[in-house]
Amino acid sequence: MQQLDCPIIGRRPISEFVYGGEVRRPPPGDAPLADVADHAFNRTGQPTVLREWWFHRPTGRWFVLERNTLSNVVERVVPPQEVAYAIPTL
Amino acid sequence: MPWRLLKIGLRGAHKEPRFFPEPADLRDSYDVVIIGGGGHGLACAYYLATRHGIRNVAVLEQGYIGGGNTGRNTTIVRSNYLTPDGVRFYDASVRMFQRLSQELDINLFYSTRGHYTLAHSDEAMRTMRWRAEVNRHLDVDSQVVDRDAVGRGIPGLDLDCGGSQPVMGALYHAPGAVVRHDAVAWGYARAATNNGVEVHQKTRVTGMQVENGRVCGVATDRGNIRCGAVVSMVAGSTPRITEMAGLSTPIEIFPLQACVTEPVKPFLDTIVVSGSLHVYVSQSSRGELVMGASVDPAVLHSTRSSFEFVEGLADRIVDLFPFTARLRINRQWAGMSDMTPDFAPIMGTTPVSGFYLDAGWGTWGFKATPISGSTMADTVANNRNHELIEPFRFDRFADFQLVGEKGAASVGH
Ligand SMILES: Cc1cc2nc3c(=O)[nH]c(=O)nc-3n(C[C@H](O)[C@H](O)[C@H](O)COP(=O)(O)OP(=O)(O)OC[C@H]3O[C@@H](n4cnc5c(N)ncnc54)[C@H](O)[C@@H]3O)c2cc1C
Repeated sequence: MQQLDCPIIGRRPISEFVYGGEVRRPPPGDAPLADVADHAFNRTGQPTVLREWWFHRPTGRWFVLERNTLSNVVERVVPPQEVAYAIPTL
Repeated sequence: MPWRLLKIGLRGAHKEPRFFPEPADLRDSYDVVIIGGGGHGLACAYYLATRHGIRNVAVLEQGYIGGGNTGRNTTIVRSNYLTPDGVRFYDASVRMFQRLSQELDINLFYSTRGHYTLAHSDEAMRTMRWRAEVNRHLDVDSQVVDRDAVGRGIPGLDLDCGGSQPVMGALYHAPGAVVRHDAVAWGYARAATNNGVEVHQKTRVTGMQVENGRVCGVATDRGNIRCGAVVSMVAGSTPRITEMAGLSTPIEIFPLQACVTEPVKPFLDTIVVSGSLHVYVSQSSRGELVMGASVDPAVLHSTRSSFEFVEGLADRIVDLFPFTARLRINRQWAGMSDMTPDFAPIMGTTPVSGFYLDAGWGTWGFKATPISGSTMADTVANNRNHELIEPFRFDRFADFQLVGEKGAASVGH
């Protein structure tokens, strides 16, 4: 079985994780409705290296991985700081 | 007939008509280019030619016809959906399927089996009642049956499912059927070719020419083609094609797997789905149990099958049918499902003029082959969405007008 190697928890079988989908930047609060719909529904559908959320069920921790969705190879585990700093603040 | 056979025996079969005639050379211009030689693409070509007189059509298929999800599905045809839009649409498809062998002059082995969706909880029973009411309102034969009726209708079933999730009742849908999937593709391909359509296999679309918001051609690995309209019917490859047209969609690709056991004596004449156990099963005319589940847990553009899938499925099918513990799995395979957030397709015109989309077929699109082909042909011929597919239009997401079919499509396909 495929294993994911994440900070703190180490190598764990992928069956312990729940897929959280693509990381997408939320639009600002006053964004036009079209941008809100785009954020809510549209996704990067084509094969690529995708930044995505993975939830580790036993420990209740979220991780962000960069995974090639054609080869299923995890290319990078994104440090939490990098994710946190990317979230827009007011 | 015996005389003809004798003649063929003596003279050889080379002069006999082939099932598919030799394809013509690929030309550099067509009225309509259909990307994807699955059931949908071939059906659309057939209806364009026969119902709308549009015969200058090329179907471009990167591999071989029916080699995509059309030849990988578990062939369940039903119309017991949840939304009136969905029920109306799939019911029209079931009715077309029932006459299709005659129309295409090929035995599709269409076999009406009846279809049980088991409920193991009060919540599931509530959804079954909801579906039954919507179905009956639209003249579709569905009813809620109790636990005893399930026991009488499904031989070999453990009504207690090993004690963990006892069956409380089910939605029973008498028209539920299975049909030979490859034959559907072959039948449409032959009928389309006989009506002047060209089907080009091993021809992959690699790009699209769009000028001033209008599509004017496609690039292929065998050269460029000019055309007035492009119809994308590529299921699991949809995001690659919409990207060529510069369009964003909600479609994400998840693998969907299935498997069959070794053949056993016919005992199961009906189709059984359990949403709570995430499995479904039917018995093929060869005697194999055809089994499947929900999609794999994460996005992946791949048709590799996995051990985790069979392991998980075996665990649950043994709860439903204890005797299957003695059976061996013979084959397993996967397809790429083009999933949408509301479990309904995306069909019709798009913001790019002349570019039509038939996608978002996820785990449920085989049953829609005839109705998609015919409504898409109508949509292309008239350059406006056919009324049956209007609810599935491309911009429903921008309008927040989703068609929530998850309750009827996430496990039972
Ligand atoms: C395991 C499994 C079980 C399923 N079970 C059911 C079921 O029981 N009932 C049901 O209704 N549905 C089921 N489905 C869903 C169903 O199979 C599909 O929705 C349906 O077959 C889609 O048909 P299609 O013609 O649109 O696509 P496909 O048959 O996938 O055809 C698309 C074709 O496009 C070609 N193509 C892709 N890109 C290009 C390109 N760039 N250039 C040229 N050609 C290209 C592909 O090679 C392919 O042949 C199941 C699917 C799977 C995987």
